[in-house]
Amino acid sequence: MIKDYFRFAFRSITNRKLRSWLTMIGIFIGIASVVALISIGQGMEDAINEQFESMGSDKVMVMPGGEGGFGFGAFSADPLTENDLKVIEKTKGVDKVAEMFYKNGRVKFKDETKTILVIGLPTDESADVITSMEGFEAEKGRDLKNGDKYKVTIGWRFWNEDIFEKSVNLRNKLEIEGEKFEVVGLVKRIGNPQDDAQIYIPIEVAKELFDDDEISSIFVQVKKGYEPSEIAEEIKEELRDYRDEEEGEESFQVQTFEQLMESVSSILNIVRAVLIGIAGISLVVGGIGIMNTMYTSVLERTKEIGIMKSIGAKNSDILLIFLLESGTYGIVGGVIGIVLGLSMSLGVEKIAAMFLGTDLLRASITLWLVGGALAFSFIIGCISGVFPAKQAAKLKPVDALRYE
Amino acid sequence: MTDTIIELRNVWKTYPMGEVQVHALRGINLKIKKGEFVAIQGPSGSGKSTAMFMVGCLDVPTKGHVFLDNKDISLLQESDLAQIRGKKIGFIFQRFNLLPTLSAIENVELPMVFQNVLETQRIKKTKSLLKSVGLEERMTHRPTQLSGGEMQRVAIARALTNDPQVLLADEPTGNLDSKTGEEIMRFLHILHKKEKRTIVMVTHDKNIAKQAERQINLKDGQVL
Ligand SMILES: Nc1ncnc2c1ncn2[C@@H]1O[C@H](COP(=O)(O)OP(=O)(O)OP(=O)(O)O)[C@@H](O)[C@H]1O
Ligand SMILES: [Mg+2]
Repeated sequence: MIKDYFRFAFRSITNRKLRSWLTMIGIFIGIASVVALISIGQGMEDAINEQFESMGSDKVMVMPGGEGGFGFGAFSADPLTENDLKVIEKTKGVDKVAEMFYKNGRVKFKDETKTILVIGLPTDESADVITSMEGFEAEKGRDLKNGDKYKVTIGWRFWNEDIFEKSVNLRNKLEIEGEKFEVVGLVKRIGNPQDDAQIYIPIEVAKELFDDDEISSIFVQVKKGYEPSEIAEEIKEELRDYRDEEEGEESFQVQTFEQLMESVSSILNIVRAVLIGIAGISLVVGGIGIMNTMYTSVLERTKEIGIMKSIGAKNSDILLIFLLESGTYGIVGGVIGIVLGLSMSLGVEKIAAMFLGTDLLRASITLWLVGGALAFSFIIGCISGVFPAKQAAKLKPVDALRYE
Repeated sequence: MTDTIIELRNVWKTYPMGEVQVHALRGINLKIKKGEFVAIQGPSGSGKSTAMFMVGCLDVPTKGHVFLDNKDISLLQESDLAQIRGKKIGFIFQRFNLLPTLSAIENVELPMVFQNVLETQRIKKTKSLLKSVGLEERMTHRPTQLSGGEMQRVAIARALTNDPQVLLADEPTGNLDSKTGEEIMRFLHILHKKEKRTIVMVTHDKNIAKQAERQINLKDGQVL
C-alpha cells in the first residue's frame, strides 16, 4: 500500500515538472550546503587527528607563558631556560627531552632578502623527539647532525616554489642574520604553507646568532608504560617547585597532545556548528517552499480527493498520500542535494590541495552522512506536508466531489 | 423485509447558506430491494444527487435514518463510512471522475489499494474487469487518451472492483452522445440481469429512466 502511495507521489510530482523542480531547488540548496559543510568539517577533523596521531600521543610539550586567568592576561613572561630543561629531564617517567628555538630572521639568497622563521633544532640524538613528531625530515640531502655548525636544511617551498626568485638547492649558500650557511638538506613537504616555509639550523648556532638563550618550547618523550597526562602533571609540579610558583599561577604551560587536540577540535566544532546553523536556515526556507506547493496541490486536487474518498479512501489514507508526496519532494531534493554537496566538498579538497598546498581541507564521505542527510531531507519534506495533508484529509467527501 | 437493501426513513438534508437554510431533502421515505434496478428521476436541483450521496455513505442526513443492509449508517463516523463505501458501494459518475494521473488499470486498481488487497490479486482482478468492459487494449492509457464512452467503461470497471452490493450511478449517460449512452446502459442491464446487482441510477432523461424496473420521482426534495 505504501508502495502504491509512493508511486502516486512520483506520478503527481513528475506530472508537474517545472513546479516540482522549483520546489526542490529550495531543499537541495539547503541539503547541499549542509552536506558540504559537514563533509569538510569532518574531513578537517580527521586530518587534524591523523596529524596528531602521527606526531605520537606519547609526547608532552612545555611552553613559556601562563594560561592567563580572567583579566590577568599572561603572567610574568619568565622564559624557559636550560635549568628548567634539567628539572624536566629528571622527572619520573620522562624518557627524552628536546628543546626548540625559533625566531624570525633575515635571510638572504642571491641579493634577495626575506624575513623567514628560523628554527633551531638539537643536533644530538634528542633531535628525533622533535623531527619525528613535526616531520622536519630531509627528503634529499641529510638532516642536521652532530658537529654541524653553519649548515641549514630548508622547507619544501624553498626548493619547489618561488619563495626566492630562484629555487634553492643543495649546496647553495644562504645568508642568515649576516652569517653564511650551506644548504645540506631539503625537508619533505609537511602540508601546510607556513610550516613548509621555514628553515632549520643547529640550536646552539641559533642562540648565538640571535644572541638569545631562551627556549621556545620543550618536547618531552614519555617512557613506555607511563600515561602522558600523568607525566604532564608531574612535570608541572616539579617545575612549580623549582620556579617557586603557586598552583594556578604558573608562568609556563604543560600540554599533552591529547589536550592540544581537544582544544583544536572544540574550536573547530563551534565554527562548524555556526556554519551548519546558517546553512540550516536555507533548509527551513526550502521546507516552506514544499509546504506552499503542497497547499496548492491540495487545492488543485480537491476533486481527486473526493473521488478517492468515494471509492473507499479513509482520511488516514489521504493524509498518508499527501505526506508521502511531500516527503518525496524532500527525498528527491535530498538526493540531488547530497550529490551536489559532496561534489562541492570534493571540489574544495582539490582546490585546497592545488592552490593552498594543504591537505587539511578534505572531504569526508561516510555512509552515516549520506544516510543521515537522506533521512533528514525526507523528514523535512514530511513535516512541511503535515498541515496541507491534514487539510486534504479533513475535506468532506461530498464537498470535495462537488468541487469544480 | 430482509430483501430490502436500502431504506431512507424520513430523511432531511439541510444546508446552511448564510442566513437561509437550503432544504435539499425534505423527509424522504423510500425502499429499494436487493437486485432491483431503480431510476431516481426529477428536475435539476430536486435533490437526486444529495439522496444518492446519502445512500452511498458519502454524507449523513441532518435528520432521519438511512439503512444500508439493515444497518443504520446515519450515525457513523467518517472512517466507518469510508469502509462501507469501499466494500459495499460502487459509484459511477456523470463526469467519469477518473484520476487523471493514473492509467486505466491503475484507476480500476485503486479501490483495492484502499482495501489492502495484495498486488498480484489486484492485477488479476483488474485485467479481467477491463476485459469484461471491452478495454483490454486500453489498459495503460491515461484518461486523457480515452474517449468519453471508454472512460465511463473504466469507471464501471472501477465501481465493480470490490464486488459491491449496490451500484450507484449519477447521470451515467449525461456526458455521452445517445449511441454511447445506449452502450453504457447495455452494460448496466448486463450487471443487473446476469450478475443480479442492485442498481440505483439518477437521471433526468425520461427515456433512460424508462429502462429501469422502477422509477422514483423527486421534486423539491420530496418523493412524488
Ligand atoms: N453544499 C451545498 N451547500 C448548499 N446547497 C447545496 C449544497 N449541495 C447541494 N445544495 C443544494 O441542494 C439542492 C439539491 O442539489 P442536488 O445536487 O441534490 O440536485 P440534483 O437533483 O442532483 O440536481 P442536478 O440534476 O442538477 O444534478 C440544490 O438546490 C443545491 O443547490
Ligand atoms: Mg446531480
